[in-house]
Parts: sequence; C-alpha cells; structure tokens
Amino acid sequence: MEMFEGYEPGKFYDEMFAAPGQVRDYCGPLFNRFNGLTERDFLARKATCELYFLRQGITFNVYHDNQGTERIFPFDPVPRVIPAHEWELLEAGLSQRLMALNLFLHDIYHEQHILKDGIIPRHYIENAKHYRPEFRGINVPKDIYIHICGSDLVRGHDGTYYVLEDNGRCPSGASYLLENRNALKRAFPGLFDTLGVRSVDSYPRDLLDMLHYISPRPSDDPVCVLLTPGCHNSAYFEHCYLAREMGIEIVEGRDLVVVDNIVYMRTTTGLVRVDVIYRRIDDDFLDPTVFRKDSVLGVPGLMNAYRAGNVALANAVGTGVADDKVIYYFVPRIIQYYLGQDPILPNVPTYLASEEDDKKYILEHLPELVVKAANESGGYGMLMGPSASKAEIEKFRELIIADPRNYIAQPVVSLSRSPTWCDGTMEGRHIDLRPYIIYGRDIKIVPGGLTRVALTKDSLVVNSSQGGGSKDTWVLRH
Amino acid sequence: MLSRVANTLYWMVRYVERADNLARLIDVNRHLLLDFESLDSERLSAFWKPIVLSTGDEELFGTLYETAGSAEVIHFLTDDKRNPNSIVSSIFQARESARTVRDQLSDELWEELNSLYLSLSGGDMKAMAESDPGKLYASIRRAALTFHGIASSTTTRNEAWEFMDLGRYLERADKTTRFLDIANYLPAGIDGGETGAPGVLHWSAILRSCGAMGAFRAEYQGEITPENVVRFLVFSRDFPRSVRFCMNRVDQSLHRISGSPRGTFSCEAEREAGRLFSELSYGSAGDAFEVGLHTFLDQLQGRFNKIGSEIFETYVLMPERVQSRPTETFTPISAALAWQMEQEQQQQ
Repeated sequence: MEMFEGYEPGKFYDEMFAAPGQVRDYCGPLFNRFNGLTERDFLARKATCELYFLRQGITFNVYHDNQGTERIFPFDPVPRVIPAHEWELLEAGLSQRLMALNLFLHDIYHEQHILKDGIIPRHYIENAKHYRPEFRGINVPKDIYIHICGSDLVRGHDGTYYVLEDNGRCPSGASYLLENRNALKRAFPGLFDTLGVRSVDSYPRDLLDMLHYISPRPSDDPVCVLLTPGCHNSAYFEHCYLAREMGIEIVEGRDLVVVDNIVYMRTTTGLVRVDVIYRRIDDDFLDPTVFRKDSVLGVPGLMNAYRAGNVALANAVGTGVADDKVIYYFVPRIIQYYLGQDPILPNVPTYLASEEDDKKYILEHLPELVVKAANESGGYGMLMGPSASKAEIEKFRELIIADPRNYIAQPVVSLSRSPTWCDGTMEGRHIDLRPYIIYGRDIKIVPGGLTRVALTKDSLVVNSSQGGGSKDTWVLRH
Repeated sequence: MLSRVANTLYWMVRYVERADNLARLIDVNRHLLLDFESLDSERLSAFWKPIVLSTGDEELFGTLYETAGSAEVIHFLTDDKRNPNSIVSSIFQARESARTVRDQLSDELWEELNSLYLSLSGGDMKAMAESDPGKLYASIRRAALTFHGIASSTTTRNEAWEFMDLGRYLERADKTTRFLDIANYLPAGIDGGETGAPGVLHWSAILRSCGAMGAFRAEYQGEITPENVVRFLVFSRDFPRSVRFCMNRVDQSLHRISGSPRGTFSCEAEREAGRLFSELSYGSAGDAFEVGLHTFLDQLQGRFNKIGSEIFETYVLMPERVQSRPTETFTPISAALAWQMEQEQQQQ
C-alpha cells in the first residue's frame, strides 16, 4: 500500500493536495519520495528522528522530577512545503508589519502622535497590561524595539495567509525550527539535495549580527549574553542551543551584577562588562527593584543601566503592548498610519468587546466565535465557541461583561491541513506557521519557520501544551 | 568564564569520575567474593561493610538498611536514588550539570553522557543489574572512559578544560585513598591474612579496583605487599591513578588557570596543592606506615577537601560577593512626564 493511498483532503485547504488524488505541483517531488516508502521504512525513519531528539535532550520531563521518564515533543516527519512565490508574499508582509510595529512602539514611548491623531483611543494603550509608561522618553539603541518577532500565521479556506497574533516579547521555538531540520536530514539523508529546499542555517548568525548591531558601546567585539531564567525553565534547551550556536555566554540573573549603572558578569577572572543582553525573561522579572519585587531571576539595577544607555536589551522593555490582542485589532491602521501602505498580510476579522456594537455582536454569537483574553498566550484564556459546552460559554459571557477591555472575539478560522502520520495512516491535521523575523541593520527572515500541528483529530489548537506537535517547514528555492 | 559555569563543569566531571570508580569497586569486590567459599551472613557483612565505610556514606546506609549483605550494599551503591553518591545518582547529577552548561560541551560529549543517563533511567538497567551485573558495571566504566576520551579530543585546552581536569583528578585521588583505606576496615583474618592484616587477595582487589594490576606487576614483578601497593597507588610518578600523579595534575591545572608559575602560589588552593604535591614527590611509603595507614589516608582526604573548598572560594565565591551598586533608585516616572501624562488625560 502506498503511503498516501486513500488520503482525504476534506473540506479544508490542504497543503499538499489541491483535490483528492491531485497533488499540488510544487509538492510533486516530495510526494513521490514519501509515497514510495514502505510503512516499515517510514517508521524506521520516524524512529531515527525521535532518537535524535532524545539524544540531543530536546525533551520535557513528564513528572517534573528525577523519577519521571523523558518525553520528546511530538514530531511529524512529513514536511510542510511553502513555494517561493508564497514565501515572497510572506516576507514582504511580515517585514512591513514589523517595520510598522517598531514605528508604533517608538511613537507610543515618545510623542504618541497616533493617539493624538485619534487613530487609537488613548485608553487602550494606557490600560494595556504590558505598557510601560516609565520608559516614555527613553531612547533605545538604533530605535529598534522588537528585534525578534514570531508572528503566528494561519491559512483560511481559500489558502489566504492571515496573521493570527504578533509575538513581540520573547518568542520561543526557533531552536525547534533548526533541530527539526537536523532531525529530518538525518532520517532522510538523500531527500534534500534535489528538492531545492532553502537552508535555515543562517538563523544564529543573523541573530548574532543583530545583537552586535544594537550594542551601545562602540567596539568591534561587543560582549553579548543570553539571559535565561535557568535550567528548570521549559525552554532552557533552546536558550543553551542558541547561545552555543552564536558562541555567546548563557547567563542567569545571579551571574550578572550592576555597578555604577554598568552591567557586568561574574567570571573566574573578575567582572567582565556586558554590552548586549538577549533576554529570555519577561519584563516583569528583569529587575526586582523596578518590577516584581519577588523575582529572583532578574538583576537588581538592570533597568537603571538600561535607561542610562549602557546596555542594550533584545527585545526592548515594553514591547508587550504590541502583543495585546486589542492593539492587534489596530495593526492594519498602524501600518496605514506610519507607512501609508495597505497591509500585505490581513488580520483575522476581530471584534473588540470594549466597543458597544462589537460587544453586542459577540454576546449574541458566542457559540460561533473564538474568544481570547487580550494578554494570554499559549492557548490559555480562550473559548472555542463551536466546541464549547453551554457552561463554558456562560462563563465567558460573564467574564466579557465584567471586563470587556480584556476580551476580543474572532470568527473560527478553519486552519489549513497537512498530511500527518496518525497511527498507521496519513490523515489531514490542522497546522499554523511561526516564522522568525529579525530586525537589526535590516530585516531578515529565515526561510522557514516552526510549523505546529494539532495532532488530535479535528482540533484547531496547535500549542505544544495542548497536544500539539511540529513539522519541518520547507521553503522552496523556485 | 562564568564562575557558575566553572563550578558546574568541575562537578560534572567529578560525578562521572565518581560513578566510574564506584563501578570498579563494586565489580572487583563481587569477583573477590567468588574466591571465598560460603561466607555466612556475619562474615559477608564484615566483607561489605568496609566498602560502605570507604565511601563515607555509612550513616545514610544505616538509616536505609538493616543488614549489610551483598544485595543491600550493591543496591545502595549502584542504583539507590536515595543515596546521592550512588552510581545512578552520580550520573544523573553529572547529566543535570551537563544540561546546564550544554553550550560549553561538544555535541559528542553531551550525547555520550546523555545516552548513559538514558540507559540508566530506563527499565533495562534494572533488568541488567539483576541478570548480568558484570555487564552493567562494564558498560558504565566504558561510558566513563568514552566520556573522558571524547572530552580530551574535542575540548579546547582552555579554562573550561582545566576546571574539568581539576574535578577529575581531585575525585580520582580521593577515591584511590578510599580504596586503600578499605584494608583498614577489614576484620582479622577474613581472607586468610595472618594476624589480622588483610591478605594478598584484598590488596590485589584494591589494585584491580584502580585498574592497576597490570601496571603494578610490571613494576614490582607480582610481589603484592602492603608497602608496594601503597608505594604504587600513592607515590607513583607515572601511574595515572596514583595520588601523586593526580596532585601533579591538580597543581598544574590550578597554575594554568591563574597564570602564576608552578612553585609559586597566588591563592590558597595553589598553596595547598603545591605543598601536598611536593610532600608526595619527596615522600615514601614509610611515611604512611609510620603515622599509620588509616591516619595517613585520612589526612590526605582532608587536604583534598581543603583544596576543593579553596578552589570554590577563589573562583566562585569571591566573584559572587560583588554586590550590585545602583547609583540612584529607579524613579518610575519623571515629574515632567507625569505632568505631561496628566495633560494628555485631560484632553480626552
């Protein structure tokens, strides 16, 4: 039996099949390679991938202690393919969006023209959970706020790409993008040479170039570090991985000390000055003397050093205001306002519960809508109307009425599907895409991304915390 | 390099070395038992108890087990996770350390240690411990050797390497003295030794635990006397598990880290290591037996500990004592900005 025999694309946009039995032309070579495999061969290669992740230690601990067995994050070996013309569109759209978001953040933390011109009502900014008024008037190196952006993209029925959300704080997952490729190369060594898949190897180099670029101290060799919450953080593997790929130190808060507004790290030979911090800690935990007093992860005095311009942070403090799902609603207007352009990549239609008309619509249509809390991520604080119970819907109704500023609603996007190995057959499963956009000297997007897949049949939730897996993402040269 | 990282690398290697030594010790003693005919439980206990004593964890053992038979001691030292110094615990801690400083390690080095960890955390290990313990200990020794081999062929000879070496040689020196000390805990005549002294079988077991049998024979043509064994395992200039050899390497690494020439010192760790190394260089087995072997070994262990804690003091604690010194407290919002914001609010 052939691998894709009987595959049913269903009523969704399928990434490999235009119709039952009809493979999209740019997926032809990939289809041929996979379709010819025996199940036994396929499973052996899948096992090779899994062993690779296990040996690399890309795992999570099931019981959170030494007794527990280590599990890998589910990985599906069938890649997701993006043809060159689609990637061009994504690149243009994502660059445009990031450029506009940076201008927006600069404005919000300086003159606030966009509020004065009435494009965004002032209260939305000032009530945004991650807005940091104490940083107004502070200049950040090179005026860049979001250095690394991980916008989540989904595709609708007709294959249109939509931006689902912007992650401008500390987007994670880039190491999975790189390691998924490494695993697949091991399992299918002959696969890549003839298919014209673009390499993703440049990511760590691009990241390091950006960090060097934003160094506030003129020097040929700025000291860059990656600040991690520590080895018990679930993303610690990624922190280590990126630090090692870039050849920079990975530090914890306790390794750093601020003396006279200069940041140093504690080394065996004394204190060494730090110029740039790629921080993988949220704003709230960066400096216990400014933000959360109980934080033991941060560095006392770091914010003073930052405000004094003696150290650069990537991403900047206060970018979370652009992640707010209410501000998301305004991004098309933000692009129009700062760049005078129409957005290349559309938003998913969004209703704001804080606007009376929208609220009325939301409350009347809850069973059809997806409701999201404005500042949650990871699939938390969310109502999937069509699959929710009556009780859940009523719970959200109360939540929305009690705190309308904190909720938005969107129609359900029926995410595209990709053929995925599911217990013995290939079946369609819903996917999204998180590309990684780096903003330094210029904007660079590694040709690929993290494709997350909802492994549960019919599920639209791709988050790894909720049963999601991932795939390698192929951007084709032609 | 970061102080925390130096410390973690040091402990990572110490734990691997510890697991390796324990695997040798247990395996050799299991074999030794085969040379005796039917020991009753009391004599069996007299045989195993010294092994536990030599690791220094006898108190913990006493609280966990009622008797000191083969099964109990072997379990305690091999895969009892309640014992922080068992083989399995040591490998788990080494791997956890490695995970923390993964960015410092070569891919191959990490993979080797992680594979060992994975093999010890699965169900296979328990099965092997029961069905073929010899194979289990052999695989642990082999993995530890592979680990050191990969480390030495893929690690840049920089500070990281020197801290790893410090961990290895301090642990090894300590374990060699502890193996020798087993002789002092043995009861009279257990293996036919006259007048209470441990016999040839035990001294050769100690040599084998150190992997030193072949090298010893080459040097002393098979004459296994306490003096020769001590001469070899403590004072040998060239055997890589002798205390003197280890101290030479410790002294060398310390000076490479600080940059000060050997024969001088720039911190207490160097002073203590240099002094001990020269005593061993100019000393002899006679010194050991003069003060009594047990006392002699005990003093050595005390000095290893001192070197270890001085290394920690100099390279980890001192940098940690630098406190942050903010010149001003963080003002949330400047007065001018507060005024501006108020104006903006009014305009709404």
